[in-house]
Amino acid sequence: MLIKIAKPSDLHESEVTPESAYLSRRRFMGGLAGLGAGLAFAGSAHASEQRPDYKDVPSSDAPEWFKEKRDAAEWQAVVPSDPAQDKTAPFADASGYNNFFEFGTGKSDPARKAGTLVTQPWSVVIDGEVNNGGRFSLEDIASPSKFEERIYRLRCVEAWSMVIPWLGISLADVIQRAEPTSKAKYVRFETLVDPEQMPGQRSSFALIDWPYVEGLRLDEAMHPLSFLAMGMYGRELPNQNGAPLRLVVPWKYGFKSIKSIVRISLVEEEPLNSWQKIAANEYGFYANVNPEVDHPRWSQATERRLPNSLFNTNIIDTRMFNGYADEVASLYSGMDLRVNY
Amino acid sequence: MPMPACFLSLWRVGVFIAALMPLIWWGWQIANNMAGPEPGRYLLLNIGQGALWLLLLTLSLTPLTKLTRWKGFSLIRRQLGLWALAYAAMHLLCYVLFILGLNWAQLGSEIVNRPYIIVGMLALLGLIALGITSNRWSMRKLGKRWKTLHKANYAILGLVLLHFLWVVRADMQEWLIYAAIGALLMCLRIPPISRTLPKLRQRIKHSA
Repeated sequence: MLIKIAKPSDLHESEVTPESAYLSRRRFMGGLAGLGAGLAFAGSAHASEQRPDYKDVPSSDAPEWFKEKRDAAEWQAVVPSDPAQDKTAPFADASGYNNFFEFGTGKSDPARKAGTLVTQPWSVVIDGEVNNGGRFSLEDIASPSKFEERIYRLRCVEAWSMVIPWLGISLADVIQRAEPTSKAKYVRFETLVDPEQMPGQRSSFALIDWPYVEGLRLDEAMHPLSFLAMGMYGRELPNQNGAPLRLVVPWKYGFKSIKSIVRISLVEEEPLNSWQKIAANEYGFYANVNPEVDHPRWSQATERRLPNSLFNTNIIDTRMFNGYADEVASLYSGMDLRVNY
Repeated sequence: MPMPACFLSLWRVGVFIAALMPLIWWGWQIANNMAGPEPGRYLLLNIGQGALWLLLLTLSLTPLTKLTRWKGFSLIRRQLGLWALAYAAMHLLCYVLFILGLNWAQLGSEIVNRPYIIVGMLALLGLIALGITSNRWSMRKLGKRWKTLHKANYAILGLVLLHFLWVVRADMQEWLIYAAIGALLMCLRIPPISRTLPKLRQRIKHSA
């Protein structure tokens, strides 16, 4: 096997940084500094008051509180540094090509079958090492924070990627309000279990031990890029995209971004995530996007940016931490990412 | 009951068209934007599955002939076998074109490094060997050994199922169905079981 050992300096080495990337980096630094003050991405180069015009995006029957928050959202609070390459995927593709095994293993299964998921009312349990836990309605979770739109690259572990405009709130906000105790080291997330609503959970031959579980280190979860999405393309999340509440961690492979969350627990021990449980040699706890570390069955050096066509496969180089290295590489300084994949 | 010759040739043409139809259907879907945002992968997976279907169908023809004695089944065996080869070759072509983006160096390293690719390639090489020796000249030349050689189809089926198993991600159901059909077809060639098939035919005939 061809193994290229990455020098530690590789993470920081980059070509001349385009101005927009520099600006977005500054914004994150600002965000980091302002964490305590509720994460104001002030002075953003792109943020706008105006809701972008999402053509051909079907509207949904959103509750009033959602519409109010959406109308007050900060649009394009985070945008890709290279808009020419990172074009937003059409809504039909982002909502028609999904991995959501609770609704089947085919890419179009979730879009066809997720209609049975009931997302209103929805509540989330926040528990574990927190002073301010309990069961919260979705509105309770959303209401103290301002909605933001973040246009992130989503890199699937299967070597394809899309650019998606999410609408939601910072994960750090929610965790801070729960007041983690000093024992809290990790955040563990759980998806709904309800075989009546989720046909994939009725299969007797499923390898996943439901509920689907994911986890982050507390500092990863508190990073300003970590996001809880409730909408996309200026509307509510479609069920197949993880309605009504999903995680988005753009520098990690997509499977970390757990969908339809019902429980968020602050814990002391590293949680065992669902894919790790099935195949620890293929899926690690960190699952940071890393072109240098192959999946045992395929290379992670490149990705197919979707949508593509038969005549243009749109294969592009995968970037370290999915192109968010400037923001997140410091979380992993001193760690061997080949071991902690 | 003897069938008129023209019916048998119609049957062969019908099978040819039926085997061609899925390719036209997938092509039509892609042309009409109905195959999702990654049409290359859509083709890759469907053609691969099609190859497995064709392989299973090919291997069902001998038991079906024994069960019915209808000439039509053995008449399409070579055709279906060659279709399985064609689909398998197109499956590889899709992988090289749409997943690797014609990166031949990467193909080399994938063939060496990924067990499921190795197994898939071995299966394809096996099908090519059987395809090359599927003509009358080879049958005459190889004599008795021809039959033994072409029983390698069962080994190829085993490789294909292994190739598929290593791609299964979260749910075993689909794979288990194919594996069960494959296992059944293999069992039907075990001599004691294989001998009961013509008897079964007699019994069905008498009870009818």
